[in-house]
Amino acid sequence: MITAQAAGPFFRWDWVGRNLGAIWDRVVEHLTLTAIAIGIGLVIAMGLSLVALRWRRTYAPITWVTGILYTIPSLALFALLVPFTGLSTLTAEIGLVSYTLLILIRNIVAGIDGVSPEVREAAVGMGYTRRRLFFEIELPLAMPVIVAGIRIAAVTVIGLVTVTSIIGQGGLGFFILRGLNSFFWTQIIVGVALSVLLAVIIDLLLAGGERALTPWARRRGAG
Amino acid sequence: MSDSPMIRLDAVTKVFPGTDHPAVDRLTLEVAEGEVVVLVGPSGCGKTTTLKMINRLIEPTSGTITVAGADVTAVPAPELRRSIGYVIQQIGLFPHRTIADNIATVPRLLGWERPRIEARIDELIDLADLDPAMRDRYPSELSGGQRQRVGVARALAADPPVLLMDEPFGAVDPIVRARLQDELLDLQARLRKTIVLVTHDVDEAIKLGDRVAILNVGGVLEQYAPPAEILRSPADAFVEGFLGSDRGIKRLSLIAVRDATLVEGPIVDAAATAAEAGAAMAQHGLDWFGIRRGGLVVGWAAGSDLDGGAAPADLEPRPFATALGPDDSLRDALDAVITSHSRVAPVFDGARYLGMLTIEEISREIVQ
Ligand SMILES: Nc1ncnc2c1ncn2[C@@H]1O[C@H](COP(=O)(O)OP(=O)(O)OP(=O)(O)O)[C@@H](O)[C@H]1O
Ligand SMILES: [Mg+2]
Repeated sequence: MITAQAAGPFFRWDWVGRNLGAIWDRVVEHLTLTAIAIGIGLVIAMGLSLVALRWRRTYAPITWVTGILYTIPSLALFALLVPFTGLSTLTAEIGLVSYTLLILIRNIVAGIDGVSPEVREAAVGMGYTRRRLFFEIELPLAMPVIVAGIRIAAVTVIGLVTVTSIIGQGGLGFFILRGLNSFFWTQIIVGVALSVLLAVIIDLLLAGGERALTPWARRRGAG
Repeated sequence: MSDSPMIRLDAVTKVFPGTDHPAVDRLTLEVAEGEVVVLVGPSGCGKTTTLKMINRLIEPTSGTITVAGADVTAVPAPELRRSIGYVIQQIGLFPHRTIADNIATVPRLLGWERPRIEARIDELIDLADLDPAMRDRYPSELSGGQRQRVGVARALAADPPVLLMDEPFGAVDPIVRARLQDELLDLQARLRKTIVLVTHDVDEAIKLGDRVAILNVGGVLEQYAPPAEILRSPADAFVEGFLGSDRGIKRLSLIAVRDATLVEGPIVDAAATAAEAGAAMAQHGLDWFGIRRGGLVVGWAAGSDLDGGAAPADLEPRPFATALGPDDSLRDALDAVITSHSRVAPVFDGARYLGMLTIEEISREIVQ
């Protein structure tokens, strides 16, 4: 079986044709794992960023801890988690989320810090409460920087999802792992090409979303 | 009502944490309703601190502040601030909101109904003399002067009785600044707000203030009086030094041309003879004369124009290069006089000739 496949043509379109359903399922799985990781990552990062913005002294420890999470090799992190959470989606998501935190927190804090003091003073001076100031002024103005962070995080996570194939998850990584085990190039190429394509598409979509959300940042007229 | 001040600072002191000298020291100041009070003084004398204590962006260390008779600490700070207009030098327009949305800021915070907000935006765009086409533009697409107008419109949106302005025209060039100052005076004549304005520019203080408060470093009030009084009798050496050596000229800016004594000048009828024109010139010691035609002074001619034996009727009157209106100040008149070849400034009310001003008339106004 293995040798028969290895002896065939380098890229087998007939295999792709016969497995369209399975490929689509893996694409969906890949996107789901990514979306969950970015969603949960954003919620946690937003919470930690609020803490860091409110109590400035917590910013250094927060970036220190998330920085360590970011630097642990992904393979090692998943391996470390398996004894606790098994070969599960939970294990995959814990790992994926932990890689988004540093990027997201840095960009949220930098984005909010980047709001000019005059804008803040004018807002507070006109009667904004702290809460409304954050949601109606600071957050929208920080949006370009925050979205830039989300784009980096999304591309990173799409790449890392393939690694979760070693714990039985993986989305398109499933094909890469299977292909490597069986020297079946078609599967490897499909897995790699589609995950790269996903990363590019998601990045473009996010960039487009940002442009739509921040029309004011585009129009720069007379200074 | 009009007896009790709109804003009252009573022995207000601010000592910032970590400093041992007060930024503002036992300042007592009353601002009447509908009055423009300008705080002026050298950098770091506590002008901004004083202003920000009124809307509680800075809390005083001691002393009390009342606005419209109520202690400012009686309501939560955000609520207080929605009832006080606030304009800062950098304006602080929200870059992510259109001009209309910027103007709508306080009405939205106050929870006005949508149609009422829309109507108010239109009103303010008109009031601030902005092009209605700017409604949907973003602040980055406006010039500095336009942004400044939007800043004032935004501060006036909820029709607050009190307006606080911190160096509102500090960031625009002198020509635009002069125009914005005129517009503010114009606006104030219609709206009668109670305005506290901070500046470090004495000329601006004199031009805009009904009363001027001169502060010294440490937030010490040196003199608080109408500009004319401050210029006529500075309270002390500090005030005198701060006003500068051209106090006399500054006083001229407070006197309107309409209040000065004008002279008729060498004006002759177009039908007059050359001899009559010569006599009029000799009487005023000038080498030119104005020509009146059909009751209107239409221009002037030089004495040398008559040399060839021409009569005034033969001459083509030359238009006056500079003409003053009754609302111009004597400072404008002085400028016109010293820059004109004829050394006089004719005054017109529309097409009607009122008379002319010379150096003598102008200096008589300060000396008396
Ligand atoms: N937050 C602060 N903490 C400590 N000191 C402050 C603070 N704000 C102002 N000061 C000090 O208080 C004094 C008055 O400052 P303020 O800003 O009121 O001056 P100003 O008259 O507005 O000056 P300028 O014309 O330069 O704007 C200055 O010595 C300033 O350094
Ligand atoms: Mg200041």
